[in-house]
Amino acid sequence: MEYRLQTPLTGDMLRTLRAGDRVLLSGTVYTARDAAHKRLCALLDAGEALPFPLPGSVIYYVGPTPAPPGRVIGSAGPTTAGRMDAYAPRLLDLGQSAMIGKGMRSPEVVDAIRRNGAVYFAALGGAGALMGECVRSARVICWEDLGCEAVRELQVCDMPLIVAVDSLGGNLYESGPAAYLASLKER
Amino acid sequence: MKTVTAEQITDLVAELCIRANRELPGDIERAMRAACAQEPWSPARRTLCTLCENIDAAREGALPVCQDTGLACVFVRLGQDVHIEGDFNAAVNEGVRRGYREGCLRASVVADPLRRENTGDNTPAAVTLELAPGDRLSLTVLPKGFGSENMSALAMLKPSDGVEGVRRFVLDTVRAAGSNPCPPIVVGVGLGGSFDKAAALAKHALLRPIDRRNPDPFYAALEEELLAGINCLGIGPQGFGGQTTALGVNIETMPTHVAGLPVAVNISCHVTRRASGEL
Repeated sequence: MEYRLQTPLTGDMLRTLRAGDRVLLSGTVYTARDAAHKRLCALLDAGEALPFPLPGSVIYYVGPTPAPPGRVIGSAGPTTAGRMDAYAPRLLDLGQSAMIGKGMRSPEVVDAIRRNGAVYFAALGGAGALMGECVRSARVICWEDLGCEAVRELQVCDMPLIVAVDSLGGNLYESGPAAYLASLKER
Repeated sequence: MKTVTAEQITDLVAELCIRANRELPGDIERAMRAACAQEPWSPARRTLCTLCENIDAAREGALPVCQDTGLACVFVRLGQDVHIEGDFNAAVNEGVRRGYREGCLRASVVADPLRRENTGDNTPAAVTLELAPGDRLSLTVLPKGFGSENMSALAMLKPSDGVEGVRRFVLDTVRAAGSNPCPPIVVGVGLGGSFDKAAALAKHALLRPIDRRNPDPFYAALEEELLAGINCLGIGPQGFGGQTTALGVNIETMPTHVAGLPVAVNISCHVTRRASGEL
């Protein structure tokens, strides 16, 4: 199936999606990768407020290249999501609704997705130039010292994504290769 | 004796950093377009098509193909009749600093592996220096992304493990890497030497165009066999399933100890970048 979705993503919307579905996402996403996740969790440990509202949020694991003159952002494809596995279940349990990255997730993250009715979207790794074109505005909202790892608020338009892990735990990284290998046997 | 100045080295490194990041080498781009034409699984074909569109978008927009503009691996072949005027290492790092700034490339280097403060200009480069006869200075910049670098592995096999052990280790490494290194991947294999030399050989293997086989027919056949084996795993582009898991396998070897069979597998993504120049 193909969907055109707008943030905020509702629980009903998220529960409709199935692994392998294609989505064009528009709206607000926050960028955070390794260093920012570490700091987000340190704030939670200290009982302090986060730099953006976590419930209902979409976090994109990306460290963009600097914007050339006349552009709002440079290349902006996804980074390997597995490096955020240590932090993701905690954020999902606090209401984060979706993650955008690339590559497989740990069983703990898949469990947290299922438990919270969330979704993990895959963007195409290594398609940074195309992904950057979907970004309409970008603004650093905190931790500028982290450079490419700073937290940014992005407004995106029709960002092409694939549902990699759905709210039932369906996992394209398992079902996709299995379906292809099964097709070979049928030939 | 030929004299090369630090400024010349800086200028060339800066230019190569920008070129490597915006434009894929011909062999990699051709392999991507061929894979797109030959992939039998339609969802995988669609993914490959989009990745080819991204190559075009980067070229047209003068943008980096991938936002991970890498650790700047700089390979230097220095003719022994070349005299360098000025500080060679400083010149290379100044080239990286300037290329990454002027090319709007991402600063992805932290100064210390545990304390992790970004150096802000993608320096220092990872420099590999090799002496050669003659009076030429050849430079290759290979910006290495870490999604794939992180999935690389090294094993100290026993001589009795033989070619079968090597085959198993390469396939196991690629299988374990799965979707993480942005398949379709390029696989550099280093065989022999010592612990450190095997890893260096594996990285060096990524410098050879993937449409050029190892000159030794034994290893040329092994490269083809490993590529075919990897493309039977079903991982496919991005790990969503399909035939095209790897674009190429390059093996580099060197003599080793009677007691050892070191094997290193350096994984690179479909954005395997390199740009070369000479002074």
